[in-house]
Amino acid sequence: MPASIAGPDATFPRLLLQHAAERSNRPATREKDLGIWQTWSWSQVADNVRALACGLAAQGFTRGMHLAIIGDNRPRLYWSMAAAQALGGVPVPMYQDAPAAEFAYVLNDAEIAYAVVEDQEQVDKMLESLPMVPTLKHIYYDDPRGLRNYENVTSFDALLDIGREYDRAHPGFFDGEVAKGRAEDVSVMLYTSGTTGKPKGVRQTHHAFIAAAEGARGFDALGPDDSILSYLPMAWVGDHLFSYAQWIVAGFTINCPESGETVMTDLREIGPTYYFAPPRVFENLLTQVMIRMEDASAIKRALFRYFTGLARRCGAEILDGKPVAFGDRVLYAIGNGLIYAPLRNVLGMSRIRVAYTAGAAIGPDLFRFYRSIGVNLKQFYGSTETCAYVCLQPDGGVKFDTVGKAAPGVELRIADSGEVLVRGPMLLKEYYKRPDATAESIDAEGYFHTGDAGIIDGSGQLKIIDRAKDVGKMSTGAMYAPNYIENKLKFYPHIKEAVVFGNGRDRVCAFINIDFGSVANWAERRGIAFAGYADLAAKPEVYALIGECVATVNDELANEGALADSQIHRFLILHKELDPDDDELTRTRKVRRNFVSEKYAVLIDALYSHKDSQHIETQVRFEDGRTGMVAADLRIVEAKAHMKAAA
Amino acid sequence: MSTARQHGDVMLKLDHISLSFGGVKALTDISFDVREHEIRAIIGPNGAGKSSLLNVINGVYRPQEGTISFRGQVRRDMNTHDAAAQGIARTFQNIALFKGMTVLDNIMTGRNLKMHATFLEQAIYIGRARREEMENRAKVEAVIDFLEIQHIRKTPVGRLPYGLQKRVELARALAAEPSLLLLDEPMAGMNVEEKQDMCRFVLDVNEQYGTTIVLIEHDMGVVMDISDRVVVLDYGKKIGDGVPDEVRNNQTVIDAYLGVAH
Repeated sequence: MPASIAGPDATFPRLLLQHAAERSNRPATREKDLGIWQTWSWSQVADNVRALACGLAAQGFTRGMHLAIIGDNRPRLYWSMAAAQALGGVPVPMYQDAPAAEFAYVLNDAEIAYAVVEDQEQVDKMLESLPMVPTLKHIYYDDPRGLRNYENVTSFDALLDIGREYDRAHPGFFDGEVAKGRAEDVSVMLYTSGTTGKPKGVRQTHHAFIAAAEGARGFDALGPDDSILSYLPMAWVGDHLFSYAQWIVAGFTINCPESGETVMTDLREIGPTYYFAPPRVFENLLTQVMIRMEDASAIKRALFRYFTGLARRCGAEILDGKPVAFGDRVLYAIGNGLIYAPLRNVLGMSRIRVAYTAGAAIGPDLFRFYRSIGVNLKQFYGSTETCAYVCLQPDGGVKFDTVGKAAPGVELRIADSGEVLVRGPMLLKEYYKRPDATAESIDAEGYFHTGDAGIIDGSGQLKIIDRAKDVGKMSTGAMYAPNYIENKLKFYPHIKEAVVFGNGRDRVCAFINIDFGSVANWAERRGIAFAGYADLAAKPEVYALIGECVATVNDELANEGALADSQIHRFLILHKELDPDDDELTRTRKVRRNFVSEKYAVLIDALYSHKDSQHIETQVRFEDGRTGMVAADLRIVEAKAHMKAAA
Repeated sequence: MSTARQHGDVMLKLDHISLSFGGVKALTDISFDVREHEIRAIIGPNGAGKSSLLNVINGVYRPQEGTISFRGQVRRDMNTHDAAAQGIARTFQNIALFKGMTVLDNIMTGRNLKMHATFLEQAIYIGRARREEMENRAKVEAVIDFLEIQHIRKTPVGRLPYGLQKRVELARALAAEPSLLLLDEPMAGMNVEEKQDMCRFVLDVNEQYGTTIVLIEHDMGVVMDISDRVVVLDYGKKIGDGVPDEVRNNQTVIDAYLGVAH
């Protein structure tokens, strides 16, 4: 493992310049453009950052200012972050799929005057929010397509030209600015996804993110030969850690996909060695594989079944280096040649050394599947406030129901209330303009209150049960952990989203969202005709299918002592997908529980009455911002529950 | 937006065109012109002769009467090869792609006229053939990028949904780097979102490449939004011609669409 280059006073711009000096010709950034992977070396990246920073400075950007960054993962947007940091400014990446009205809030909160955006779509949204955001003055765009006749916006190339000229006129300016930077300066402001209330700006220092990146680099032996695909939202703390902080600290190569839709192809072409994806991506991949396997010839299907069965039995153990019978090892080696290696190749995972997942609970079957075919998939735990760096699973100590041990440099404690508390260099400096929230979340001893309820198991690994505030009590006095139940439901490929209710009530009831792709495929195979999402969701056969999943979850809950009372009594299948555009999910696709229970109050009432159907009309917002109404009569059915043995 | 565009000289002019198939009169005495860089819509009820008119423009049909002048050259009729060589490309109402070929290969066929290497050169892929292939592939990639179909580059066209096939057809037409693009119902059978995408692409093509576009479309919202001037046909006759607002308020046009009490 290469030695650390990050000293105690390191800042991202200084590290970047160090890479450019020491390993100038090594690839730093790649992007697929017009069908060909383009590469920029570290020195080219440093040149671009220099020109960008000078350009911004020439346009009046000074220390302490915020630079909004909005778009898909594009090299120039990552470079803009470094450029802002070089000037002592703070990049503020924002979720690119949010509508203009949501932008306006963050733009105002962060007093944005300068914004670097990807393309016409984002420029349009900026211009739309302009009347609401008096501070916004300068908009720069990367992709000039369709923007020829726009006024008052500047192209990236023009900004680079301005910068190069400014650099020539003011030699030494850039290096002087970089030298002024201190490790305790704020390096980035990331907005929380806003599961509760308005998003808050989380201010992190260079020191915090470098500590987090450095810890993870040492933990997984990341180095310049590693390569990752950068495809998750830039505004998300995970992407900032993996694609920016670790990129500059470990000096590996980031690869930007050609477009959002080509990620699968790009993944195969690049073959990253280090990979991150939320559980839903792993789930989609597996669903696709399973669907395609069902169309394969009988021999292939039989082989696949046999060898995935074998992998389930011993694959994960072989990956962990545990003792496995010789015969199984031989069979596994054959399976590797016939099934596992080709499958990893199709998934773009042939070269993966370390893969992580986080952000939501991952199903045990799903998790085990990837490990069993030889993908070193692990979990971690962290949040925006902790640079996504609290717990990591060590190689050889991977479990599906924990999130790992405290990462190097992190102190972990469980409060009496069950809340997880953490302390370490990676903690946030503050919430922007919210001293009250800062004071509330960091206690006198310097521990950050994560808001998650968890326990530390026998091997010292942390297990997250639920959001601390979501854990409640039922009227029977039994513990009620909604996310825990929902996650159990969501482990079924046919169930995309579930929302359960039961706090303060005597029984638990649930809303279910079917997974359209998976259920549609299931229905097609059985010759069930349907006209669309709502129609499919209402089919009696689908109700029966989901009913079986619910019954199995009830089985499991019945055996979990304290949670036996949380079995689901009645459920319904929603006629529309819960959607961030309708405010039902956050941009990171977490359910906004309170909002959903208000919006669908009539349905909840019906669940707790004896009705067997309920009419509902809901407003939906289309991607283009227009709205429409959908109406449906939803059926409510009883689930098979296990009553407690008579006491 | 459309007012900001600069429209040039007359590029294509049809004078007193009449076309009949035996006793059926498809077009009767149609005259209209298309100026450089404009988006010109042709509308009309079913069977009004819209597609026939496009077929006359690119030489599939030979009108019995009238003349067509394209870029100042007056002729009795066009022929298809000539039309393509002079920069007229088109898409079809019912998609005409090679279903078994990939998107990339389909679009490459749009470059057919730009390739000059002999069969032998292409077979052994040396010298001119290699160079041409690379140049043409680069052009095609630019079109793929422009229409945002990178993700289906290697997918056989037959496996694509209808909306995307329409987009591939547009891509193939664009690959020919046309100066005049004829679109026959580019948005038929699409959902709202696909239509919006397609509108944006049509406007972008017009703006970015300065391509003159003649399109047939049934969706009045689309026509009124994106076109500069509109020709209205009914039973093979021209019953209206002008900017969208004029056409919208033209009583004959309203009658043709809504019907009149006799």
